[in-house]
Amino acid sequence: MSQTEALWWASESFWRKTAIWVTAGSFVALIFLTFDTMSQITAGTKRVPAYSVINHRVDYVFDEKRNFQVPVIGPEEPLFGQMLTEEQAAAMVSKGKLTVQAKNCMNCHTLLGNGAYYAPDLTKAWLDPAWGSKEVREQSMVEFLMNPQERLHNVLGRRMPNLKITEEEARATVAFLKWMSSIDTNGFPYNFKPLDQEN
Amino acid sequence: MAALGVLDGANLNGGQKLAVKYFTVAFILFGAQILFGLLAGLQYLNPDFLFGVLDFSVNRMVHINALVVWLLFGFIGSVYWLLEDEAGSPVVGIKLGNLIFWIFTLAVAAVVVVYLVVQIGPGEKSSIWLINEGREYIEAPRWADIGIVVCVLVFFFNVVATFTKGRYTGIGGVLVLDLVALAGLYLAGMFYTPNISVDQFWWWWVIHLWVEATWEVMVGCLMAYALIKTLGVRRKIVETWLYIEVALMFGSGILGLGHHYFWIGTPEYWFTIGGFFSALEPIPLVAMVVHAVFDSGAHKMKNNNHPVLGWTIAHAFGNFFGAGVWGFMHTLPQINLFTHGTQWTPSHGHLAFFGAYATIVIAFFYLAMQKWRGNVWMSGNMAGDWKWKWSLALLHIGMIGMVMGMLVAGYQQSFIERAIEGSTWMGYFTAQAHPWFLQGMWWRQIFGWVFAAGYVLLAWDLLTIGKRETRPIAVLHGDASPATA
Repeated sequence: MSQTEALWWASESFWRKTAIWVTAGSFVALIFLTFDTMSQITAGTKRVPAYSVINHRVDYVFDEKRNFQVPVIGPEEPLFGQMLTEEQAAAMVSKGKLTVQAKNCMNCHTLLGNGAYYAPDLTKAWLDPAWGSKEVREQSMVEFLMNPQERLHNVLGRRMPNLKITEEEARATVAFLKWMSSIDTNGFPYNFKPLDQEN
Repeated sequence: MAALGVLDGANLNGGQKLAVKYFTVAFILFGAQILFGLLAGLQYLNPDFLFGVLDFSVNRMVHINALVVWLLFGFIGSVYWLLEDEAGSPVVGIKLGNLIFWIFTLAVAAVVVVYLVVQIGPGEKSSIWLINEGREYIEAPRWADIGIVVCVLVFFFNVVATFTKGRYTGIGGVLVLDLVALAGLYLAGMFYTPNISVDQFWWWWVIHLWVEATWEVMVGCLMAYALIKTLGVRRKIVETWLYIEVALMFGSGILGLGHHYFWIGTPEYWFTIGGFFSALEPIPLVAMVVHAVFDSGAHKMKNNNHPVLGWTIAHAFGNFFGAGVWGFMHTLPQINLFTHGTQWTPSHGHLAFFGAYATIVIAFFYLAMQKWRGNVWMSGNMAGDWKWKWSLALLHIGMIGMVMGMLVAGYQQSFIERAIEGSTWMGYFTAQAHPWFLQGMWWRQIFGWVFAAGYVLLAWDLLTIGKRETRPIAVLHGDASPATA
């Protein structure tokens, strides 16, 4: 047996073929997984609720079976006291998402844990106890978003700048945050202590 | 050919003349990245600094966008650098390539000016199209996205046409397939959806599959070329290694994408897939270290360009530690639950981008300067060779210092903000105000200045290295000729 034959596993052609097959195989697997994942994260599914979830109470409760907190959709609690149709809710959340993008929120905050680290994560901002109580939360959030620069945020002196957010944009942003808090994020953030929403 | 030691365009082929233009812009953007990083870092220490003028979000956006674009320019430049040499044929559409270079550069300048002056827009689609898309790393407005795709397609056409007209080497073949993926993946980020889970799913296709797959393969090609050029390593060995790296890189990196799908609304099976495959991601990086170190040893470190070999070895180790070790440290979901979105991420991000990508592009800067000055001697006993050694040292000391500062801050944040306080607003600021966190931020800033000093020295060295050198490039004994297909 010649040396070349003995070292087939170290040959250029073997590794070229391996590279092609491994790449193609991985990519095909990714395509299948992508189709499956897309079917599970479209708005209106169990993991990612419909936008009209903003008509309901959203909570974040420990689930014994899964061993982490999961979003729980509760009784009707319309945002700003107004029940919306699915289309109206979708339009409002979309306006909020556009505001979040146009104001570049992600370069200070994280959303679902992704973004920058200069300001708190917004995944469960809707449920944050810092808003005080359930009764004042919506209005506090709107007022804060429209005029945050003068508010005392923390002992560090770090402040959110005024991003010229209109009242309509602020309300839509709150809708987006409420909807985002209903996404099943597999227990992220861990050990979150939500605002008390019991009557 | 002009006299040795004199900067003369006649020393370069057509592709290389275009390459040095890309390198020049890349280097300037590297400086911008450092500058805006320093400003953003200062705002952690003094939040009133530039408040309402250049807010943290603006500085941070320019910092990371300059990073992406300078590396992209560096890669495009590097490919144009090696293209004629590898293909054995002049670049087919060099005039078009030049035109696109100027369009691309002007577009980048326009985007940055809008970032700095306009900054934000109303919550409407027009803002996304004209000002800022508001999605980390790919903030460029949609008009610029379309421009980037056109520029990359022209670049792709030039690469394919040149290899097709000349010859396809192993490096050339891998490069072309990699560029198909690189250009195609960018399209995955060019749409709007109100659904943030769907948004982030596809956003990661661009970010992860660029950075942890196609860019890695790109630098594999660049390293292969650099080793052939500076050490005279046999092409057959280098290209076999390249295929091994591609198999391991794509084999682990494509499904390793799953480590970004733990917490964004995606199903739980990504825990297993993402955890398993991303845990394998360091393996190709080990292969690259073995490859680079083995080849250097086999050639008894005899090489014709000390700075290039230095930065290539730095690349192999930096890639392994930054992308491999630092990535692996927090890639499993069991730890990522606590580290995701804390200072762990930038600690890893800084070391990985620097170690894996900045280093190899800097190596190509040195390759370019050597030939631009008429293929001068760049081995032992160079005049002023302390400069490249000290800039390499300062950039590394600065980077490692920053990375460690952020890592300490990240540890503390994971425990206090995440595990104990549960990531509420109050929990976040309790951790941010903790002395351990603040110390980390101070160290990050101090080492940021060290890094900046390394950059200044690097600029000085690149402008002066080989100047008035009278000796020609060292002769290597090795078979580096392209394989005839």
